Amino acid sequence: MAILEQRQKQVYTKGQSVFEMECNKPSLAGSVSQRACVFCGSRVVLYPIADAVHLVHGPIGCAAYTWDIRGALSSGPELHRLSFSTDLQELDVINGGEQKLYCALSELIDRYHPNAAFVYSTCIIGVIGDDVAAVCKKVSLEKGIPVLPVDSEGFKGTKKDGYRAACSALFKLTGQIPVDNMSQYSMNIMGEFNIAGETWLIRSYYENMGIQVVSCLTGDTRIDDIQRSHGAALNVVQCSGSMVYLAKMFEEHYGTPYLRVAYFGIEDMSEALYSVAKFFKDPEIMRRARELVREEVEVIYPKLLEYQQKLTGKRAAVYVGGAFKAFALVRALRLLGMKVVMVGSQTGNKDDYQQLRNICDEGTIIVDDSNPLELSAFLREQEVDLFIGGVKERPLAYKLGIGFCDHNHERKKPLAGFAGMLNFAAEIYSSVHSPVWRLSPYRQKSNQDAADKTDFQDSKACVFDSPTGFSRVYKNA
Amino acid sequence: MANCDEALKNASVVTTNACKLCTPLGACIAIRGIEGAMPMLHGSQGCATYMRRYVISHFREPIDIASSNFTENTTIFGGKGNLATGLNNVIAQYNPDLIGVATTCLSETIGEDLPSLIKQYQTETEAQKQPFIIPISTPSYRGTHINGFQTAVRAVVAGLAKEDLPQKQLNILPGLVSPADIYYIKEILAEYGLKYALLPDYSETLDGPTWDEYQSIPAGGTPIAAIQSMGSAVGTLEFGRTLDSGQTAGGLLQERFKVPNYLLGMPIGVRGTDQFFEVLKTITRQDMPNKYRYERGRLIDAYIDGHKYVFEKKAVVYGEEDLVAGLAGFLAEVGIIPVLCASGGKSGRLSQAIREAAPEIADQVMVQEGIDFMEIAEETERLGADLLIGNSKGYQIARSLKIPLIRVGFPIHDRFGGQRLLHLGYRGTGELFDRIVNAILAHRQEASPVGYSYL
Repeated sequence: MAILEQRQKQVYTKGQSVFEMECNKPSLAGSVSQRACVFCGSRVVLYPIADAVHLVHGPIGCAAYTWDIRGALSSGPELHRLSFSTDLQELDVINGGEQKLYCALSELIDRYHPNAAFVYSTCIIGVIGDDVAAVCKKVSLEKGIPVLPVDSEGFKGTKKDGYRAACSALFKLTGQIPVDNMSQYSMNIMGEFNIAGETWLIRSYYENMGIQVVSCLTGDTRIDDIQRSHGAALNVVQCSGSMVYLAKMFEEHYGTPYLRVAYFGIEDMSEALYSVAKFFKDPEIMRRARELVREEVEVIYPKLLEYQQKLTGKRAAVYVGGAFKAFALVRALRLLGMKVVMVGSQTGNKDDYQQLRNICDEGTIIVDDSNPLELSAFLREQEVDLFIGGVKERPLAYKLGIGFCDHNHERKKPLAGFAGMLNFAAEIYSSVHSPVWRLSPYRQKSNQDAADKTDFQDSKACVFDSPTGFSRVYKNA
Repeated sequence: MANCDEALKNASVVTTNACKLCTPLGACIAIRGIEGAMPMLHGSQGCATYMRRYVISHFREPIDIASSNFTENTTIFGGKGNLATGLNNVIAQYNPDLIGVATTCLSETIGEDLPSLIKQYQTETEAQKQPFIIPISTPSYRGTHINGFQTAVRAVVAGLAKEDLPQKQLNILPGLVSPADIYYIKEILAEYGLKYALLPDYSETLDGPTWDEYQSIPAGGTPIAAIQSMGSAVGTLEFGRTLDSGQTAGGLLQERFKVPNYLLGMPIGVRGTDQFFEVLKTITRQDMPNKYRYERGRLIDAYIDGHKYVFEKKAVVYGEEDLVAGLAGFLAEVGIIPVLCASGGKSGRLSQAIREAAPEIADQVMVQEGIDFMEIAEETERLGADLLIGNSKGYQIARSLKIPLIRVGFPIHDRFGGQRLLHLGYRGTGELFDRIVNAILAHRQEASPVGYSYL
């Protein structure tokens, strides 16, 4: 079976065809995209705000499926781990949900005394015409806290539009209070979600360099941190897909410059520290950054080399939400001696894919907004030993006898930072070298096929020598 | 805006940590249990992805759910075009024998007439071979995932079952049970040497062996031919005391094809399972196979061995209404009082179902429909419950009250092997009883300063 015609330009094999990658478009109906929706994008960005009520306005599903879904840790309150829904019923849909929303908000604020409330509109809210903004305004005046509508109707675009809606809501919290006592060396961390405590690790690095971290807007976040964030001298943005909108708003309104970074892998992590040090042009900060990197790398490098020995030559595939994470993973895997033979993302843009193309080897498949059938085919065609993705990708790997590393929001060990790189290597090693694959019939079969092939020719040559590039034909379908 | 106190009538208007899921999710699981079938949602992309993730976290198997991917334009101008594109692409990629298209809150709210859109598609398409395409109405503002599951099963039967000469075949509609439960029911039916149609059968599709060949649609599921022949069966066994018998697939088979429907509770506990075998006897005129008579004896033996550990323990039982009722019947047999029987579902029939399943303790049980986990937490604390029995979403309550949680049903997101948990029959009850007793023993052992090594 072939890749769907309308999707052919969303798949590219380096060195095999002209690069004219299509992306940034709605998912194709019937393709079985791995993407979620606008609501998901908004929920992801605002999720770590732990002292706010997050009320999902709509029928029950959207709230039920996002209850405690992300391992974004909080050092204090944990309101974000509860799932609140207006749970609209048929009569509410007919008569409108404003009254229920009003009562739900009032009740939640009286019950929990949060520092703010966010109201997420789900698909049908736009259709039934609830004036969510008006209800939020009324409750905000009555209760004396910010109550912010998030326009996150699922059908109104992609996950990226949800990021944008969340950024707009966040931005409304800024610029309201005077900020003083800020160091000239101060920054906000954006797009780091504190999964398994990663933000704490990253924050400690910057603080050890002598930089004041004013706010982590998306990790272990409090409303008053956000309200002070416009006082920072710099925004440092990871996961550029979600938070670059906010950084741009800061730049426009407060003149705050921003840097894009990633915290995965030694190279990207070090660069994230050096680029901030360079920005502040302070030799002492740079000296501390160098010292920190040296100390951290000294600890992990010998152990990484041990893993590298065991992983060199293994073939990896990566499919993640944002392309920026993919860049970092390609580099981190390379450090471990592994070869990335497939890489894709749900929401990359043309520049992202161009950059991926630049850093990848010949023959690597690059894919936008893929689906399970394509991914499974790539895993098989590229004879992959390790797949990196999220929960939805995991069973594809396992059914084909392939190791897997969950690099999504369900991870329980930090994979960011220097210590995270070691965890990452350990996790890959533990999956790739598990003895269970020896029993996998699919793996046994493909190993046998490979052995048969090498009797005649280089086993990879038959894939790469194909005149049309990646053959786009599923072996067994 | 009016006064909320009046609107609320002292109840909470917010659902906090729902004890239910939305209707289309149930429909997708049901469709996954039909051979060669693909579930598809008519709505936004997010619904399909969220449900896949939720279901995969429990079953740990691939589950592909297609979507018609509504955009803003689709929402304004209607989903006909997207539906056709979606169906074309699902057929091109998966070559399914059946596509179950479930609606969502979005497509229902904009008033999509899915059955007629599907008819138009079938008329207009040029493809030679077409799969069966079944419309399933599952607005998420009406009912829970159980209603979605039952609606899907009924829609499939309504679309496929045909009248034929009566044959010695049995229909069995187990509802939302585990793959292990389905494997077990099939084992029992095989002992009877009887032809049967078990719908849906996701035992292999959601708990299958590892692969040696790639499978775009996992092997297994109820064969379509078996569903087609359901109209000529000698009887239907349908698990579910809280179902509206007029609205189920069993009810439809009875009404349309005069196939007698035997609506009974989930076969959990000695009594619950006895009733199941009695109905089998009524239909097949065969006695219970010795193998199960023996299992029954071993179960009662276990009850006796463990009775003191559990006597008059207070349990809070929550989850799908029929699972809760079935569990209550079993708990009453061993002397555990299910002080609260709770569900996010609102059939209006849970109290009656518990009275039928566990008449001896019915007056000691508080029954609550339409509950959420915040209310379950409050009641569990107030009632001084000793244990929780339900899906893994009750974990935070168990943790904060320091009482054991015995995980049953769906979803199990924080333990391994949820798909292999057996609940039904004498064997399933035995395993469940062991787990309950052991949870109580472990709890007691951990709390003891002595650290007894014999318990």
